[in-house]
Amino acid sequence: MKSGLAESFRPLEHYASSTSYSLLPFRFLRLDRDREVLTNLAGQHLVMPASTVQALVHRTLRPDTPHFRDLEAGHFLARGLVDLHAELLAAQIRTRRARLPDFTALHIFVVTLRCDHSCSYCQVSRVSEDRMSFDMSEDIADRAIALMLRSPSQQLKVEFQGGESLLNFPLVRHIVRRTRELAPDRNLQFVIATNLAFLTDEMLDFCADHGIGLSTSLDGPPDLHNANRPRPGKDAYERTITGIRRARERLGLDEVSALMTCTAASLEQPEAIIDEYVRQGFREIFLRYISPYGFALKSAVRTGYDTERFLEFYRRGLAHILHLNREGVPLRETYASILLRRMLTPFPTGYVDLQSPAGAGLSVMVYNYDGDVYASDEGRMLAAMGDITFRLGNVMRETWEDLFLNSSLLDTADRTMTESMPGCSECAFQPWCGSDPTFHYATQGDAVGHRPTSAFCRRNMEIMRHLVLLLEDDPVAARILRHWAK
Amino acid sequence: MKLSSRIHCTFQSAPFLARVERGDDNAWYLRSLHSQSPQYIGMRWAEDVGGAGDFEGVELPADFRYLREGDILRINPQGETRVLYRKNSRHNVLFFTERCNSRCLMCSQPPREVDDRHLVDEILHMIPAMSQDTTELGITGGEPTLQQDKLIKVIGAVRDYLPATSLHMLSNGRLFSYLRLAENVAAIRHPDFMIGIPLYADTADVHDFVVQAKGAFEQTLRGILNLARAGIRIELRMVIHRQTYERLPQFARFVSRNLPFVDQVVLMGLEMTGYTRSNLEALWVDPVDYQDPLEACVQALEEAAIPVHIFNHPLCLLRPALHRFARRSISDWKNIYLPECGPCTRKTECGGFFTSAKLRYSVHVRPF
Repeated sequence: MKSGLAESFRPLEHYASSTSYSLLPFRFLRLDRDREVLTNLAGQHLVMPASTVQALVHRTLRPDTPHFRDLEAGHFLARGLVDLHAELLAAQIRTRRARLPDFTALHIFVVTLRCDHSCSYCQVSRVSEDRMSFDMSEDIADRAIALMLRSPSQQLKVEFQGGESLLNFPLVRHIVRRTRELAPDRNLQFVIATNLAFLTDEMLDFCADHGIGLSTSLDGPPDLHNANRPRPGKDAYERTITGIRRARERLGLDEVSALMTCTAASLEQPEAIIDEYVRQGFREIFLRYISPYGFALKSAVRTGYDTERFLEFYRRGLAHILHLNREGVPLRETYASILLRRMLTPFPTGYVDLQSPAGAGLSVMVYNYDGDVYASDEGRMLAAMGDITFRLGNVMRETWEDLFLNSSLLDTADRTMTESMPGCSECAFQPWCGSDPTFHYATQGDAVGHRPTSAFCRRNMEIMRHLVLLLEDDPVAARILRHWAK
Repeated sequence: MKLSSRIHCTFQSAPFLARVERGDDNAWYLRSLHSQSPQYIGMRWAEDVGGAGDFEGVELPADFRYLREGDILRINPQGETRVLYRKNSRHNVLFFTERCNSRCLMCSQPPREVDDRHLVDEILHMIPAMSQDTTELGITGGEPTLQQDKLIKVIGAVRDYLPATSLHMLSNGRLFSYLRLAENVAAIRHPDFMIGIPLYADTADVHDFVVQAKGAFEQTLRGILNLARAGIRIELRMVIHRQTYERLPQFARFVSRNLPFVDQVVLMGLEMTGYTRSNLEALWVDPVDYQDPLEACVQALEEAAIPVHIFNHPLCLLRPALHRFARRSISDWKNIYLPECGPCTRKTECGGFFTSAKLRYSVHVRPF
């Protein structure tokens, strides 16, 4: 009767099967001096004192401690019921991979290579505005649409890129209409990547009629933006801001998004860049690492920077964004949101550069202006530099089967799964991470790459570690970050 | 409000079901639900009677004065007569059985090992006589899934006779660890059906302890997964007491990770009746003392976009940040306010207390 239970009821101890336990598969990593971060097979994580983890693996952790219960509830250890733990983990892993059977959902159409801007970091060959030979033809577009529609995905996202895509707007119009006509039952989404300099009311009307979103580039305050993105008249910033305002008036606030590219000049001023996004009414900013492709590689001396400087920029930027949120300004950082969704929920995230198997080809296909097909936008950029490793074929020659089955695509996907890649397979952050074969090929000469010297690995590991620490040690920041995972 | 009472009956009969009706003459009648052809029985109120001698039929006590046309009773000339259905109430339940395969520490309806299969037959009689305007109907017990065939019939009958009524069943979910049962229930295709399933912990030992059944945690979780597979909507129910409140935040994380598909989570206060009385000292914790874990739990579920509701808590015992999750959940017939509530200005928004709260309630109850 000491327990307060009437006599006919049994105490808790009666229902604890035993004090012995078995370990379920998990990964771990030293987080800082005294703590380990552990992740289970489905990517749920726990942070614990290193001594607790020692006790755990030596089978001396006591069941009446909160850590023990956290580990049991998180499928790190089991007292019997191994099948149940496995089933619950399997359900989470299935959820996480739910999009895989859909295959390629994002299709990028490079409608022209022409552009009015001459950005130092531009990832593809730019040419003057008037050379029509760099436009995609209707024939090529129609073949690309036919290939796209072979994808089993019910949802298809078509992204128009350039060059400056609005310089070949007639083809954009053609592709939208033809896709709608051929696939009336699919869930279609269209986005135009554009600098907005050539935006007309007719274009906006068409976008409004067809629910087309606009994605533009905004690098920061006027000086930085104009320095990064030179164009005749030196008015890139003004044109972009005017374009954003007009597009929002016609299409609505959420139909216009912006991306920033981080150059060496940007590294010094994350706060100013973020404040510019807030000033322009954006609720989201992507503190984006510059890709070492195309012209970006050539002009690395001018725009380039090392990973450590980027990480410093990222941490400072994130701190500023969290500060703004505490002041009541709702602004999300996109990359952190993607990672947090992976860290805190069992749901999938569509970000193509961080998938396993790699997103190249499986999540995204790129149809270049000349009909060449690439498994990733980065593959197209490498090709512009003369390396056609990631070219899968051409829409005028190859069939869908040729592109997907007779190419190096599946082999690369197979070799670059983080579950099996050296240095990734045992990493605690593996369930949150992904692989980028094109990046590793470009920087290390091999699609698998070498983790200890990989900038990709260093950057992602440190950002994830930073997020884990914030979640663990800064309750106010944690509250905001958990909200981003929604 | 009393749902059962003794009546006076001028004739001898086995217990039978009858619906309250009014004739063209505005007089009250009871219509038996047992015969196909209308069979009417006289009905009057005890206090209206001036000792008239020629009355034939059923005389109801003042306790039942709230009865209205369309309500349904089980008339027992020899014993307690029970009100089974009130047309204008949102709290009608189909009481399936007193039997249960669990024995929860805080059960408000302690199970009895009796042969009460006639209850389900009564329910099947009753459903066609209910109003199509009934907005909600509950299935409860005991454990309704102990009679699988009858359960299927009842859900089917509600679907057919009460097409606009939403149906909510309370089940411990254990028998749904047989996928077949989940599939059979899903095959009825009731358009608005949800099962409320208690989950009391994020680890097996605590859940099994609370429901006093080894293996229950595993069966219930497998049952929930099977129901989800079959496409049946699921509500999770957590009763907060001394054995469960500490790990409420971890419970929320377990749900958001493993069962993110559930339609809602309900966090409930104790009802001071049934086994709760026997185990009071093992269960009682003042709600004021679990506001931290409760708020963390609610936050975590909200962050996971899982709708969350707090049942059986008066507003004055909840932190202001939790008020928007509080629901007026206590069934009308057992819902009271305490003497302390007298001057309170927020009674209309507040769910109040169970009648049984008088046994013990927080010393922090304060009028707004």
